[in-house]
Amino acid sequence: MKKKSVFSRLSSSNLLLPIISLILVMAVNIIFDIASGNNPFSFFMITMQNTTSNGMVLYGRIIDILNRGSEAAILAIGMTLVVSSSAGTDISVGSVMSLCASFCCMLLAGYGVSSTNDLAVPLVIGVLAGILMGVVCGAFNGTLVAVFEIQPMVATLILYSAARAIGLLLCNDLIVYVRNDSFAFFGSFLGPIPTPIIITAICVIIMTVVLRKTALGMYIQSVGINRRASRISGLNSTKIIFLTYVVCGMFAGIAGIVNASRITSADSNNIGLYLEMDAILAVALGGNSLGGGRFNLAGSIIGAYTIQAITTTLYALGVSTTQAPVFKAIIVILIVSIQSEPVKAYMKKRRAVKAV
Amino acid sequence: MKMKLVAGLTIAMTAGLFVGAMTASADDLVSIGFAQVGHESDWRTASTKSCQDVFSEENGYNLSFVDCDNDEAAQKEAVRSFIEQEVDYIIIDPIIATGWDTVLTECEDAGIPVIVIDRTIDDSDKYVSWVGSNFKTEGLAAGEWLKAYAEAKGIDEINALVISGSTGSSAQIGRSEGFQEIADREGWTILDEQTGDFTEAGGQEVMESYAKSYEGKYNVVVCQNDNEAFGAMTAMDNAGVSYGPNGDVILISFDACTAGLKDVQAEKITADFECNPLAAPFVEEVIKQLQNGEEPEKEVFMVEHWYGLEDAAVPFEIDGEPQEVTVVTDEIIEAQY
Repeated sequence: MKKKSVFSRLSSSNLLLPIISLILVMAVNIIFDIASGNNPFSFFMITMQNTTSNGMVLYGRIIDILNRGSEAAILAIGMTLVVSSSAGTDISVGSVMSLCASFCCMLLAGYGVSSTNDLAVPLVIGVLAGILMGVVCGAFNGTLVAVFEIQPMVATLILYSAARAIGLLLCNDLIVYVRNDSFAFFGSFLGPIPTPIIITAICVIIMTVVLRKTALGMYIQSVGINRRASRISGLNSTKIIFLTYVVCGMFAGIAGIVNASRITSADSNNIGLYLEMDAILAVALGGNSLGGGRFNLAGSIIGAYTIQAITTTLYALGVSTTQAPVFKAIIVILIVSIQSEPVKAYMKKRRAVKAV
Repeated sequence: MKMKLVAGLTIAMTAGLFVGAMTASADDLVSIGFAQVGHESDWRTASTKSCQDVFSEENGYNLSFVDCDNDEAAQKEAVRSFIEQEVDYIIIDPIIATGWDTVLTECEDAGIPVIVIDRTIDDSDKYVSWVGSNFKTEGLAAGEWLKAYAEAKGIDEINALVISGSTGSSAQIGRSEGFQEIADREGWTILDEQTGDFTEAGGQEVMESYAKSYEGKYNVVVCQNDNEAFGAMTAMDNAGVSYGPNGDVILISFDACTAGLKDVQAEKITADFECNPLAAPFVEEVIKQLQNGEEPEKEVFMVEHWYGLEDAAVPFEIDGEPQEVTVVTDEIIEAQY
C-alpha cells in the first residue's frame, strides 16, 4: 500500500519519467556486462580504493557519474530557475565558468604568472572573488533581460562570446597552473567522498530549502507563467527575474571553480566548453518546459546526472569518443520523446482503455 | 618655460633624426612578414618568440609580425598587406589547410617567396618550403624507444592504452600512425584509444574510465601531449596505480614543454617526445639558401629531442638512424621553452 503511494507521488511530481530514463541508461551496462561475461552489476559496484595521495576513497562508475556530473548539476539548478522565470535560457554559463575559473586562478597565482605552487592571495579570497565574478556576470545578464527586456538568448549571447575572451585576457593568453594542494581540494576528496559531490549536495540542499521555506519558488513560477498578471497582483517581476539570473551566474562561478580545481589550472579555452548545452538539456530531460512557468528542480538534477551517465556508459562500453555524440543524440531523442506530451497522452489513453 | 620648450623641441628633433636614420638603415635589412595563427598555448607563444628573436634588427632583419587570432580571413588579409609592403619573404603558419591558392598566386606574381611553417597547406604548392615537425617520426620514436626500453627492463608483453589528441589534427594522426606501426610490427596489444582533446580534463576523464575498464591489464599509457599526461597522472593517483620509471605503468608523453620535463625529472613521466616549436632557425636557413640562389628542400623537418632520466636513456633506431635520449637536468628544463 505504502509502495503505491510513493509511486503515485513520484508520477504526480513528474519525477517518474526522468528517473526511469536514468535507470534505463544505466541498465544498458548490465546487459553489456552479462554479454561480455563480467559480473552483471560491476558497473554499479562501489568499493574502497587506496589512492596515492588521498588515502582510502570511494571508487566506482556510479561515483564517477556523481563526481563528473557535478558541474552540469550545479549549472542545472540555476538554469532551471532562469528558464522558469524568463522562459529563456542563459547560454553564457559555460563561458562564465571559464571566466570565473580564470579570475580565481589569476588572483591565486598573481597576474602574469603562468605556473606556481604557492598562493599569491589566501585561498578564500581567490575562491570568493571567482564566485563573485559569477554573480557580477549574472547581474549583467539579469539587467539586460529583466530591466531592458532583451530576449534571454540574445542578452546572454554577449557574455557567451565575451566572457571566455575576458578570461583569456586575465590569464595573459596562457593556461595558469596553480599546483597547490589546498586549491586542489575542491576537485579532489573530502575524506572518502569526492569534494564536487559534496559541493553539489550543499548547493542543492540550500536551494531546495530556500525555495521550499520561502515563497520565492512560487513567485518565480508565477512570474514565468504570466509576468504582467504577477506584477498586477503585487509581485516585482523585474526583481525576481533579475534574481534568478544572479543565482544562475553564482552557480556558474561555483561550477567554474570546481572544474579549475580538478585540473589545478585555468584552461580558459576549454573550461565549461559546451556545458551550457548540457545544462539546458538537463532542464529539458528533467521534464521541465523550456517555455517557463512550473519547474521541477529535482528533475533537472536527475537530468544532469543522466547526461553524465550516458557519457560514462559510453566510456565503459569502449565506444570511440568520436562516435559517442551520435549515440548520445539517439539516447536523448528517445528520452525526450518518451516525455513528450503526445506520447504521454497516448499512454494515458491506453491505460484508460485497459481499465475499462 | 621657454628653456623647457627649447629643450623639448631639441629632443623631438633629435628623435626625428634618429627615426629618419632608422628608416634609412631599414633599407639594408631583409624584410619579413610573419602571419602567425594566434596565441592559444605555451607552444604557440614559444613559436612566436623564436621568430622575434631570430629575425631581430641586430640579426639584419625587419620583421612585420601579425597575430591572426585564429581568424583565417584575417590571416589572408595579413598576407596581402605583406605583398603591399613589398616585403622580401613571407612566413605563414596556416590556420586552415585549404583556400590558399589565390593568395599564394598573388605572392608568386609579386615575386615574394613564401615559407610555410608548422601546419600544412594542402591545395597549393606555390610556396618554396615547409618547415615543421614530423609527427609520424615522433610516434615512431615513442614506439622504437618503448621496444628498446622494454627489452632493457625485461618486459616481454606490452598492453598499451592510448589517450589521443583532438581527432583529425595532424599531430594526432601522425603520432597515432607512428606508434601503431611499431605496435603492429612487434605484436603489442593496444587495448583502447580514446581522445582527450589535448586537455588535462580530457586526459583525467579518459584515464579514470580506463583504470576501471582495464584494471590490472595494462602496463603502458601513451598520452599524445603533456596536458593529457598531467590529467592521466591525477586519475592514476586516485585509482592507486603507480607509474613512471619506478611504477607499474610506463607513462609516455609528447610535446616536452617545461612542465612536462619537470614531471620527467620528478620520476612521473617515463619518456617525453618533443614537438619543437622553435622553427625560426630552420626558416633562417631556408632564407639564406634562397639568398645564395640555392634551391631549398620542399619539406624541412626540424630536429627534435627525446627526453627521459638515465634509466630511460636506452639507445634505439628509427629506420636505421640511431637515436639518443637526452637525460633531463635542471639546465635542460631551464633552457626549454
